[in-house]
Amino acid sequence: MALPAAKQGALNGRLATLSLPEAGAWGTEARRDALARLEAMGLPGRRDEYWRFTDPGLLNAAEPATAAAFENDEAPLFSAVDRLKLVFVDGVFSPEKSDDIALEGLEIERLSEAMSRDIHWVREVYGVLEAGAHSPVPRPHAALNTAFARDGICIRATGKVSKPVSLIYLHEDAGSDAILHHVIRVEPGAEMTLLENGPAAARFNKCLEVDVADTGRFNHVRAQGRDHERVAVTHVFARLGAESTFKSFTMTVNGVMTRNEAVIDLTGPDATAHIAGACLGDGAKAAFHHDDTVFVRHRAENCESRQVFKKVLRNGATGVFQGKILVDPGAQKTDGYQISQSLLLDGDSQFLAKPELEIYADDVKCSHGSTSGAIDETGLFYLRSRGIPEGEATDLMVIAFLAEAIDEIEDSVLAEDVIERLKGWLARRRRS
Amino acid sequence: MLEIRNLHVKLEEEDKQILKGVDLTIEPGTVHAIMGPNGSGKSTLSYVLSGRDGYEVTEGSASLEGQDLLSMEPEERAAAGLFLAFQYPVEIPGVGNMTFLRTAVNAQRVARGQDEMSAADFLKLVREKAKDLKIDADMLKRPVNVGFSGGEKKRNEILQMAMLEPKMCILDETDSGLDVDAMKLVSDGVNALRDAGRSFLVITHYQRLLDHIRPDIVHIMANGRIIRTGGPDLALEVETNGYGDLLAEVG
Ligand SMILES: Nc1ncnc2c1ncn2[C@@H]1O[C@H](COP(=O)(O)OP(=O)(O)OP(=O)(O)O)[C@@H](O)[C@H]1O
Ligand SMILES: [Mg+2]
Repeated sequence: MALPAAKQGALNGRLATLSLPEAGAWGTEARRDALARLEAMGLPGRRDEYWRFTDPGLLNAAEPATAAAFENDEAPLFSAVDRLKLVFVDGVFSPEKSDDIALEGLEIERLSEAMSRDIHWVREVYGVLEAGAHSPVPRPHAALNTAFARDGICIRATGKVSKPVSLIYLHEDAGSDAILHHVIRVEPGAEMTLLENGPAAARFNKCLEVDVADTGRFNHVRAQGRDHERVAVTHVFARLGAESTFKSFTMTVNGVMTRNEAVIDLTGPDATAHIAGACLGDGAKAAFHHDDTVFVRHRAENCESRQVFKKVLRNGATGVFQGKILVDPGAQKTDGYQISQSLLLDGDSQFLAKPELEIYADDVKCSHGSTSGAIDETGLFYLRSRGIPEGEATDLMVIAFLAEAIDEIEDSVLAEDVIERLKGWLARRRRS
Repeated sequence: MLEIRNLHVKLEEEDKQILKGVDLTIEPGTVHAIMGPNGSGKSTLSYVLSGRDGYEVTEGSASLEGQDLLSMEPEERAAAGLFLAFQYPVEIPGVGNMTFLRTAVNAQRVARGQDEMSAADFLKLVREKAKDLKIDADMLKRPVNVGFSGGEKKRNEILQMAMLEPKMCILDETDSGLDVDAMKLVSDGVNALRDAGRSFLVITHYQRLLDHIRPDIVHIMANGRIIRTGGPDLALEVETNGYGDLLAEVG
């Protein structure tokens, strides 16, 4: 079926600046298949469902808009955490800046290495989770990513890993257009934590495919932020086996445009998936638009899922949440929870939410809620009456508002680090 | 200490006059009580003094040790030494009681040009004061007032007062909702803070509290004014006769 002219036009424009990397072995095929998926979908347009609140223009454009790297004397997040550091500069892995790729319980390889081998576990995951995630909602930028990813890291966890793997995304080139694709497999009984932080590039398209086998545990904490003008579209595709656990938390500050998509498939019984986001948006220095589009599918019995998304918005910032819990027939005893809330610090900011439940099983417990409100003036007065200045009192209430999302970070040291970072950001805003 | 002159206050949003010329002078080291019928303006007075939004001062003045209270932000009033124990303490989900106390103590210290208190010193102090008020560690950890019983909330107000060591303490019906033992704890807490440099304004409906916290002076407020001022006996008179006679006297 031919694409509408607008979509075809946007696609042609975007493809003109891209070329399929030479992959060799199965990689070439995986990329070609992804390109075929993309060509069938076209690029998103404002009229597409799930793109009504977010303009994909900056993502679709042939070239990225330039984004200056943001100078700031603050130590990056996770600096004090003992971790295995893997550094990317404008979306390209830098062995010099990274630690030695070796950690007990982990196999780590660059995507290009994995693709160059005929037989490799990555083949069972790369583009596979992505390909399965286009129904009912197409995700063209993810297919584009699979086809054109320039780099990425493949991690297989085979045991309990002693420290987190930390992906650090440096941004140096004001015109960089990074496409990264990571693949993770957590084997039965294995457990790992993945950290991600850094602005990455002027425009950043990232896919993270995570395959958690039965009884595996995957923890994920990431921070997107800093550079005001950066544009990002990210995807997390997770497939969860029986009794496995997946926990992902994202903190976002700054960024003219961020679209975070997550597709989580609970395929085995008794699995747990928690996905959370805390976002601080201020439209004063540059526009701020943040979109979380989350799709959790319960395919098996007795699984638990939680979506907790909180956004604090001011000075014309826009927050979007589109979240769905889909419960398949037969996924009895599902426990699904979804909450999306925004705290609007002024009248200029807006929060657009589309919470959805689609349930085809009868013995389930699912709830969702979405709210948008201003700061509690009575609470603010109470704090001020104890001598806490208005700005500081507001920050306390803001952090309190985000707490339910931050609580989803299991590791208290990481959670504390995130809280300190949010406080720092708030304090800087107060001074400027 | 506190000097209120001819204070007239109306609601900002409505054309409703609530305080209609309040005069009140509180000397350092004294305890004053205000009694008065429901809706007479006692809480409003305490809110206006502490700087809550929603009220408009149309006439008159209020000063704390010579500083014009009404031109100050609520936090400046607090740093200047004013404290209000709320009639209805506010719940603040997500903000830990301990964090709240520490932020408040340090904010006031900074405002007064003092160093912040170290975490260890703070912890020691708060534990000591909490113990006196029978506030357990769990209550200190929980979010401010969230899930606290009525009496726990009131004790938490007194804990804040004890930590902040204000000069002018206003207690708005701190006795309401307290059981007999809690009333004793709270009164002991207040009495422990009494000294020559500190004054209290105790708003209450009941003589019972004033048995524990002996006031020097008692005022009766009605319809936005202080209609009678006297010694401790005045409270006893109200307790036995109600407000009828007093109200009739002023017409
Ligand atoms: N924000 C407000 N909006 C509307 N009415 C108000 C407001 N604040 C005070 N009032 C009114 O002003 C009057 C005085 O109220 P206030 O709370 O000061 O009385 P009070 O003396 O403390 O009473 P109580 O003994 O019941 O606590 C009441 O009629 C009350 O309804
Ligand atoms: Mg009252």
